[in-house]
Amino acid sequence: MNILTEMIRGWFGPDKMSDQMVLILSAVTLATLMFVVMALCALVFTWMERKVAGFIQSRYGPMRTGRWHGWAQAVADMLKILGKEDIIPAEANRFFFSFAPILVLLGSLLAWAAIPWSPNFVSADLDLGLFYIFAVSSLAIIGILMAGWASNNKWALYGAARGAAQMVSYEIPLALACIPVVMYTGSLNTSDIVIAQQGGVLNWFLFRNPFIFVAFFMYFIASIAETNRGPFDMPETESELVAGYHTEYTGMRFAFFFLSEYANLFLVSLIASMVFLGGWWSPIPGTDFAPALTFIIKGVLMVLLNMWVRWTLPRVRVDQLMYLCWKVMIPVSLTCVVGAGLWMMWRGQA
Amino acid sequence: MANQETKMNSGWADQDHVPGIKSELMELNMGPQHPATHGVLRLLLETDGEIVHKCTPVLGYLHRCAEKIAEGINYKQFVLYTDRFDYLAPVCCNHAYVTAVEKLMDVEVPERAEHLRVITAELSRIASHLIALATFGLDMGAWTPLLYCFREREAILDLLERIAGGRMLYNFFVPGGVRYDVPDEKWTADVLEFVTMLETKKVKDYNQLLSYNKIFIERLADVGVISQQDAFDYGSTGPVLRGSGVSFDCRKDDPYSVYPKFDFEVPVGRGEMGTVGDCWDRYMVRVREIEQSCRIIRQAVDTMPGGEVHAIGLTKPVKLPAGAAYSRTESSKGELGHYIISDGGQMPFRNKVRSPSFCNLQIIEKIGVGQMVSDLVAFIGSLDIVLGEIDR
Repeated sequence: MNILTEMIRGWFGPDKMSDQMVLILSAVTLATLMFVVMALCALVFTWMERKVAGFIQSRYGPMRTGRWHGWAQAVADMLKILGKEDIIPAEANRFFFSFAPILVLLGSLLAWAAIPWSPNFVSADLDLGLFYIFAVSSLAIIGILMAGWASNNKWALYGAARGAAQMVSYEIPLALACIPVVMYTGSLNTSDIVIAQQGGVLNWFLFRNPFIFVAFFMYFIASIAETNRGPFDMPETESELVAGYHTEYTGMRFAFFFLSEYANLFLVSLIASMVFLGGWWSPIPGTDFAPALTFIIKGVLMVLLNMWVRWTLPRVRVDQLMYLCWKVMIPVSLTCVVGAGLWMMWRGQA
Repeated sequence: MANQETKMNSGWADQDHVPGIKSELMELNMGPQHPATHGVLRLLLETDGEIVHKCTPVLGYLHRCAEKIAEGINYKQFVLYTDRFDYLAPVCCNHAYVTAVEKLMDVEVPERAEHLRVITAELSRIASHLIALATFGLDMGAWTPLLYCFREREAILDLLERIAGGRMLYNFFVPGGVRYDVPDEKWTADVLEFVTMLETKKVKDYNQLLSYNKIFIERLADVGVISQQDAFDYGSTGPVLRGSGVSFDCRKDDPYSVYPKFDFEVPVGRGEMGTVGDCWDRYMVRVREIEQSCRIIRQAVDTMPGGEVHAIGLTKPVKLPAGAAYSRTESSKGELGHYIISDGGQMPFRNKVRSPSFCNLQIIEKIGVGQMVSDLVAFIGSLDIVLGEIDR
């Protein structure tokens, strides 16, 4: 942020602009940058998802568009979707119907602000960073409910109701799983959390405390549910609810949901890498040559794991999903919090 | 008074705890365009949240008047219409029809033709069961088994293409035999090779990936339980009946063709994961039937005699003596019967088809009630219906 403000000052001359103006300009620049990165990530991940699915299902996936392994397939899809007719059902609530996709996208976009990409680059270095991420990503729930209700479609309503119940529930184990780590760092600042893991793979929170190791898996399962992907894709459930909450959406509005799904997928993977897997630190101490790249690679590996799970497992039923959350994951996560605390006291790490 | 009436009519009204706010069941149209209805089945649901309170199947979206068409064409010409009944196992449908015609005609089918019939029919049954597994997995949200099953089905289609010329609708049987002989010696070898591959490797793969998956079992055990009595009452046959623990298979209990010569078992549901007759049992019966079909094919290929493959030629129209005949065969979905009434001419007076999917589906009105929408999807998948056969 500071570097950016300096750069903007430099471009326009030192005394030409007021401080507020510089701040606003740099914020706009950063937001645009984040949006572009996010859109690019979504493109790359849609392509990757198809290739991974193809690999798992003993087929190729896209091979033609752009010659080399169909790399341009996602771009072509985006262009196609831009040209689609934008249909709003006659009986739908026009305002909420059009606002819902934006809200869903906004949730994931806002959360991206607090991601520490490298020691020098965090868009918003907030003291309550982790808390902020969980808070704004809940916005998507409102968007999904809105979309389902405003569509005036029974299948969409089912999807929205399921989605809201699921996402509200799974936020609890998701956040609980991160608490042991916060107990170590004593700070919710995302950069602080990463800095606390300096010094090689054994200093990553994943391996520092057996309870955090368990909490990591709780986090991983909850994050799948939080991004609405298989085996927990209740809001979509294409074999039961046609397409769930976005049944009635077409064109760019649908693309917004799509974009936010992949942005969320990368977001939860980045959080996993940030909180448990040492963020930008490389596994071997003293080899931190490309911190941002290390961070992104860890995130992409988590995304791959996510895709692997999605294309392997069948879907759970909606009541089993709730059972899993309230009766298994929340108790286990709570135990992890208590256990991690006791471990810290016993080992004198507190 | 009105309040009392609603309470008497349905239990859900008891949940009205906010005075002045009326709650009612939601009517939901599932299909005819819905990914889980396996074609153009339409279900009229009345739901209370996720729970289904009433389920009425609405049929007729794929009706093609096949039985009426039969009355206007020669017996031989109708074989190709039977292909279109159960388009996932067309050869089994051929089998039911030609058996009925031959019963009335009193013709001796050459032994070699009977063996070829059994081989192709069992291959077709495997292909049909593979699709049943694949789409059932898809209903449960597992995408990957779909591609695996279609890969193996592709091999079957290739084999059938080489002997019958078609990939989906074969028109392979004629009254009195089969249309073509084995194309070359390699064909039988390839059939054996495929069968061995399926038995030793692929079925294990499916079991590992899908059948014994914890989530899959959780979704299916104790869901959509059809008791033995219900299965009898509603006339269920095939894997649906066998899933309920009844060992009944036309190939065994009312043998036709050369099935008595072969040694195979009839797998039945045993309630391994939950109750006898739940969705998992019906699914597993199909997996085990694939293995049994492989056994039959191997024996049929090994003991195949030489000689002609059709008794009365391919082109001459058939004339049947006056009378009536009913034949029943075990198609991949259950008991497929043809009842033919002949008035002595070249065309039947009436051809009534008893299709297994139709009879298996009607139980949904009873079992579907009280289930969750997700379980209903599982239940439809476990029935393995084909709409081409239901509507004809």
